[in-house]
Amino acid sequence: MHAFATLLERLVLTPSRNAKLALLTAYFEATPDPDRGYALAAITGSLDTGTVKAAALRGLAAERIDAELFALSYDYVGDLAETIALIWQSQTAGEVASPSLGEVVNVLKNASKSDALKQVTRWLDIMPIEDRYALVKLATGGLRIGLSARLAKQALADFGGKAVEDIEEVWHAQTPPYGQLFAWLTATGERPSGHVSAPFKPVMLANPLDETDVSRLNLADFAIEWKWDGIRVQCVCDRGVKRLYTRTGDDISAAFPDVAEAMTANATLDGELLIGRFDGTKISLGSFSELQQRLNRKQVSPAMLNAFPAVVRLYDVLVDDGADVRGLPLAERRRRLETLSVTLDRSRFDVSEQLSASSIEAMAQLRANPPEGIIEGLMLKRLDSPYVAGRPKGPWFKWKREAMLVDAVLMYAQRGHGKRSSFYSDYTFGVWTDDPQHGGQLVPVGKAYSGFTDEELKLIDKYVRDNTFERFGPVRSVHATKDKGLVFEVAFEGLNKSARHKSGVAMRFPRISRVRWDKPAAEADLLKTLVGFLS
Amino acid sequence: MKQKRPILVPRPEGLYCEAGDFFIDPVRPVDRALITHGHADHARPGHTNVLATRQTLDIMAIRYGANFCQFEQAAAWSETFNIKDAVVSFHPAGHVLGSAQIRVEAEGQIIVVSGDYKRRPDPTCAAFEPVACDIFVTEATFGLPVFRHPDTITEITKVNDALESNPERCVIIGAYALGKAQRVIRALRDAGHEKTIYLHGAMLPLCAYYESQGVALGPLESATVASGKSGAFAGSVVIGPPSAIADRWGRRFPDPIIAFASGWMRVRQRAKQRGVELPLIISDHSDWDELTATINELRPQEVWVTHGREEALVRWCQLRQISAMPLNLVGYDDEAE
Repeated sequence: MHAFATLLERLVLTPSRNAKLALLTAYFEATPDPDRGYALAAITGSLDTGTVKAAALRGLAAERIDAELFALSYDYVGDLAETIALIWQSQTAGEVASPSLGEVVNVLKNASKSDALKQVTRWLDIMPIEDRYALVKLATGGLRIGLSARLAKQALADFGGKAVEDIEEVWHAQTPPYGQLFAWLTATGERPSGHVSAPFKPVMLANPLDETDVSRLNLADFAIEWKWDGIRVQCVCDRGVKRLYTRTGDDISAAFPDVAEAMTANATLDGELLIGRFDGTKISLGSFSELQQRLNRKQVSPAMLNAFPAVVRLYDVLVDDGADVRGLPLAERRRRLETLSVTLDRSRFDVSEQLSASSIEAMAQLRANPPEGIIEGLMLKRLDSPYVAGRPKGPWFKWKREAMLVDAVLMYAQRGHGKRSSFYSDYTFGVWTDDPQHGGQLVPVGKAYSGFTDEELKLIDKYVRDNTFERFGPVRSVHATKDKGLVFEVAFEGLNKSARHKSGVAMRFPRISRVRWDKPAAEADLLKTLVGFLS
Repeated sequence: MKQKRPILVPRPEGLYCEAGDFFIDPVRPVDRALITHGHADHARPGHTNVLATRQTLDIMAIRYGANFCQFEQAAAWSETFNIKDAVVSFHPAGHVLGSAQIRVEAEGQIIVVSGDYKRRPDPTCAAFEPVACDIFVTEATFGLPVFRHPDTITEITKVNDALESNPERCVIIGAYALGKAQRVIRALRDAGHEKTIYLHGAMLPLCAYYESQGVALGPLESATVASGKSGAFAGSVVIGPPSAIADRWGRRFPDPIIAFASGWMRVRQRAKQRGVELPLIISDHSDWDELTATINELRPQEVWVTHGREEALVRWCQLRQISAMPLNLVGYDDEAE
């Protein structure tokens, strides 16, 4: 338990991704089964141990300390578990060893609520403070440490010397404490077989197309498709077991039951999750901001299902009626996809159209003038390409639309994180509500923290420090008037309406494309120019 | 005692004694000031007369220049001074070098103003001395039962461990320039760290002063860019004021581990917010147990609680039938951040 508690504390405080990976692999190496498996489950959110109510623990703490003192402490600390861990007076801390993580999990999963509470109390009495924190977090099911499942899988890959796609492929067949998985990673057991129903298959990704390579492409070798701006998903139906996965293998069936349940073909399909409405003949797509309404929800209400119906535009087939077809060429997979898609619910699924272009110029025209706002650009896939996990070089390309550009004025700057914590590296910028010579004001339209070089960052940082007029904690307000201000050329991928922003719009993937040291602030763009981009 | 008029009263300038016509730790310039210790929020420049310990006076001169006041007078431990109708004396507070509690006696009443204090051993300053009194004026910086500082040695060991497991990196410790920095250095030496410790320029004069007062700090050097050639900082400890660490000064160190020595590091989110990778719970203030143990030991008739978490400590006193009230003095900071 102590090693786990230490791991948690370090993970929370370590900013660097590589250092987090190093912490995890070192922990996996030093910790025996089943503890390391339970730790893995705890940090990836797959451990269901919330048996004890925080309120019950608070009640126990209140028997030992005045309720008002507890309340004042809680107000100050802000986190109930941490308050309990800090305020609890261990009777014999350090004299007796803390129980192992496995013992703790066993009690929390199997004991009755009242027994679990009693045992947790006994443990709190003997544990040092860090262990108490980890215990309370585990017991109340409130362990959120902001570590992505992807990072944990990468750590497993590093630990076992495997590719992360390999881990993703076996991941869903495994349950805590992942004994088989660790046996495989430590070369003491076989690779776990995918005997789970409806498993995830690692996704194939495309490389950006280098503009200079475009002319060298032989178009006859490629299938051309639109690049839809939704969420890449995998729909699986395996003899009645249905699942919907993200491209990193997270199961989102519960959030999108409308799509997941409509998947009736006994297959594994690759496609784009979008909002779409069926008019009897075809699906018309909604905007990305509509799709956002449905994202990051564990459960979804009938009203949401009705207002924002989800659909999948299909790209590919990986498993067809039980047969793994990933080794077949794309052209053959495409034929199979078209055949099997006929049996699917037409209001939920359609196949992404294949485009034809007689020349590179014609293809460039397609890219420049997509028929719908929710198209991000083109996909080019070699017709002879097998479906290979990861991002192999050569077979698939994405050729995104030119970014939209706007000139905006720097308004606020915030300190960065990690290596950038000494720099003002996160910038909020605005455009004019009206001609600044006639009373127009700056209104914030977005925030960006990338796109500039390290040299430019130093210069912008200096500019921010020299032109600050107000400070709020890590944020500085920078002079931004018609006569004084720094203009950024901001590139972005799209624009959504947003009720949360004063300007009424929100940019997608904004980044600084150029720093316009030369441009007077008064000549930055107007809000109406930006609104003109609304898709 | 309740019916008696207290001999000290809070005023906008600070705690005022009418019988002696002086202020203790005034936040604005006054004619006569008694200063508990050299931290900037207690010791301000511009008073006409200052009475403080020799070390506090020296520290004020280092920080503000020799003209920080017109007339200074040094108080030895327990030496009594008659100021008009009041008798005052200075007693060690264990907070930083030269820090004192001030005992004031007048009209048959004794008040001890503790200033900031701690009870645990600290080789860089004289240990707190309990002084019997009617009214005890206590700080409450860490006046909540969630604050229990661990042993300094436990915390310092973390620095040595971090250096050992990351030989190519350095550890930058944010520590207040007066008191905390020297205490951290001394603790590192006691834990066996013999290498040169690099310091921010602001720390050097005070460290030299500590040395002159018999606190050995070992080899110290200014962390200038010149000394940072070709990874000179790798495997080393660097100490700077908290504000400099996450700012331009901190950029000269390659891939540093950011540490911060403060009692606030007990709260995880505080450490996280400041981007601290290695929190060191080392404080110059009393933790909850020290505060309550001191009140239990002194058994004053009344407790006044100043800057910090007054409510909780007042509540604790009330639960034990000790008369207590918050003293809302403005101008005193929490432990320097």
